[in-house]
Amino acid sequence: MTSTLKGITLKGSAELVAEFFSFGINSILYQRGIYPPESFTRVTQYDMSLQLTTDGKLKDYLTKVVAQLKEWLFDCTVQKLVLVITCLETNEVLERWQFDIEYGCGRRTKSIKTIQDEIRSVIRQITATVTFLPLLETACAFDLLVYTDKDLMVPEKWEESGPQIIDQSEEVRLRSFTTSIHKVNSMVAYKRTDSA
Amino acid sequence: MAQFGFENDIQGILKLDMPITNAPMARWQRKASTSTSSALPSPGKSVNLSLTTSKTPSKTPGKNIKCTPSKVGGDRFIPIRNGQQLDVASFLLTKENEPLDPNNPALENQKAWSVSLNGYAVEEAKILHLGGKPLNAPEGYQNNLKVLYSQVTPSSVKKTRYISSVPDRILDAPELRNDFYLNLLDWSSRNLLAVALHDNVYLWDATRGEITLLMKMEREEDYITSVSWTKEGNYLAIGTSDFKVQLWDVENQKRLRSMTSHTARVGSLSWNDHILSSASRSGHIHHHDVRVANHHIYTLEGHTQEVCGLEWSPDGRYLASGGNDNMVYVWPGLGEGSIGNESQSLHCWSEHQGAVKALAWCPWQPNILASGGGTSDRHIRVWNVNSGSCISALDTQSQISSLVFAPNYKELVSGHGYAHNNVVIWKYPSLTKVAELAGHEDRVLNLALSPDGSTVATVAGDETVRLWKSFELDPIKKKATRMLKSTSSVIHQTIR
Repeated sequence: MTSTLKGITLKGSAELVAEFFSFGINSILYQRGIYPPESFTRVTQYDMSLQLTTDGKLKDYLTKVVAQLKEWLFDCTVQKLVLVITCLETNEVLERWQFDIEYGCGRRTKSIKTIQDEIRSVIRQITATVTFLPLLETACAFDLLVYTDKDLMVPEKWEESGPQIIDQSEEVRLRSFTTSIHKVNSMVAYKRTDSA
Repeated sequence: MAQFGFENDIQGILKLDMPITNAPMARWQRKASTSTSSALPSPGKSVNLSLTTSKTPSKTPGKNIKCTPSKVGGDRFIPIRNGQQLDVASFLLTKENEPLDPNNPALENQKAWSVSLNGYAVEEAKILHLGGKPLNAPEGYQNNLKVLYSQVTPSSVKKTRYISSVPDRILDAPELRNDFYLNLLDWSSRNLLAVALHDNVYLWDATRGEITLLMKMEREEDYITSVSWTKEGNYLAIGTSDFKVQLWDVENQKRLRSMTSHTARVGSLSWNDHILSSASRSGHIHHHDVRVANHHIYTLEGHTQEVCGLEWSPDGRYLASGGNDNMVYVWPGLGEGSIGNESQSLHCWSEHQGAVKALAWCPWQPNILASGGGTSDRHIRVWNVNSGSCISALDTQSQISSLVFAPNYKELVSGHGYAHNNVVIWKYPSLTKVAELAGHEDRVLNLALSPDGSTVATVAGDETVRLWKSFELDPIKKKATRMLKSTSSVIHQTIR
């Protein structure tokens, strides 16, 4: 399933999207303070400087997930990627970042530069959300959920899980970007705080 | 047949691409599947196992040595199996393989419900997450973003400087006359503080801390009523109860003159270059030119009672006087063409309801005069002498005995007697209270500002002089102002 030479291949698109997820997840972890900021290092990507974790275990985990995601993207079997932030003690879901993936929209060929620009604006928006998201005061844990097709063969070490929806949530839709093979919509849902 | 079943079991267990959704098959389950039948098998299991179950129900385990001997459908852990369970199990197993009817409306309804309840279409997707040890932040890590975002900006925190609530120094002032109408404190531009204690005048050197007795009245019953330094700080004018004004050379500790003109004690003095103005209990104000023999050159009449407040403006254009008659007069400065002894006051304000001893001119804003009233008035009034109007009035709740403008931070300082006996610093021109300096045990009689403007000296009826270092400038700011001053002076020199 390849487009014209000028455009992008499925494999290339899958790589781009997976890369976006990797950097996006790192950014969210850094901005929301799930991990100490000292454990992050700056890298340049998409013409801006982003934070990547240096924590060994976390890096391993993320690499595994992203690699698996890339495969699924290539197979067009993944529907959503969700990053859930839960309070460590009460196991209550505090924040939910959801990235929806749609396939095969538009045969327009897009240059890599345009795609990267779009990705850049999404990541910038993620950083900007910090201004209105309620502070995470307790220690938090995060989890990555992948919505796949029902009949997908579950790989080793992956388990089924619930959707981990927030009750009483406020949702904010963020920008989306498309590689003309994959389209990624982003949104963040957070627990509505009672204070005015 | 039984051994095939067992072999298949083992193979099924050992296959690595089987989903490990549950723990490895329980022993009883294994036994149950080899012998007769099992309870609900986990969804991920292959069909092989269920086939073996259906195949071997008839074969009792008695033949197979490896299998535990038991009744139908049971083993030593679960002796009796409910027959109904087996039926339900097989029903569900077979139903799973039926194709779904998409046109079934009931099904659509169900689907809608499931989407809303589960948040996603259960039939179409499943949610996976990578299992394993949960990744948490290192122990003891607290999300410190809160600190980052809720930190107050430094500028809004440091609005007022630190003003010490205790005096920098306390000097003993025994035998001080506790008389509201006298002006017994003045600080020279050479940093000498002159204090009149009954019939003595002491000089305290603020830089070195030395005390000198300048003079003592000849007669025991006489006392000092006022002291005033010249602008240069080399001469001190002393008003006395014997109606005289003495002029002393401080460097040589010699009395230069003794001027007589008044008919009552000289309660207040004020210098304007070479002109010394003195005011007495009679209500008369006399101007003296200290350079000439006939020193008394002018008389101002207006007050009907003791004049306790007398101040020349910094530019020498106006003389303000306040008296026990609650009046404030503003007199014009002496020009070249002054005519005779007639005097006309520029302004005459009677708004105060108490004796006006506190008078102060604003050093940084021209034509601004502040006056403070006594016990029955307690108000600070700020006047514009050009227009003659009262700009603002503030009730201070206490008798005001003295006012001084502090240019370092553009503040107005007031000394109070009954009832608070304190010193209050007000921001000018808003007249909002900046600080209160409490400590005196009796009414504050006079205030004097140091030449560098950093300290205010107060003398009170409790026979102490307290020095409050409330206007200390930042050393950086000091440098800046010094630089500014030096450059401006250069400009002034060159412009003719």
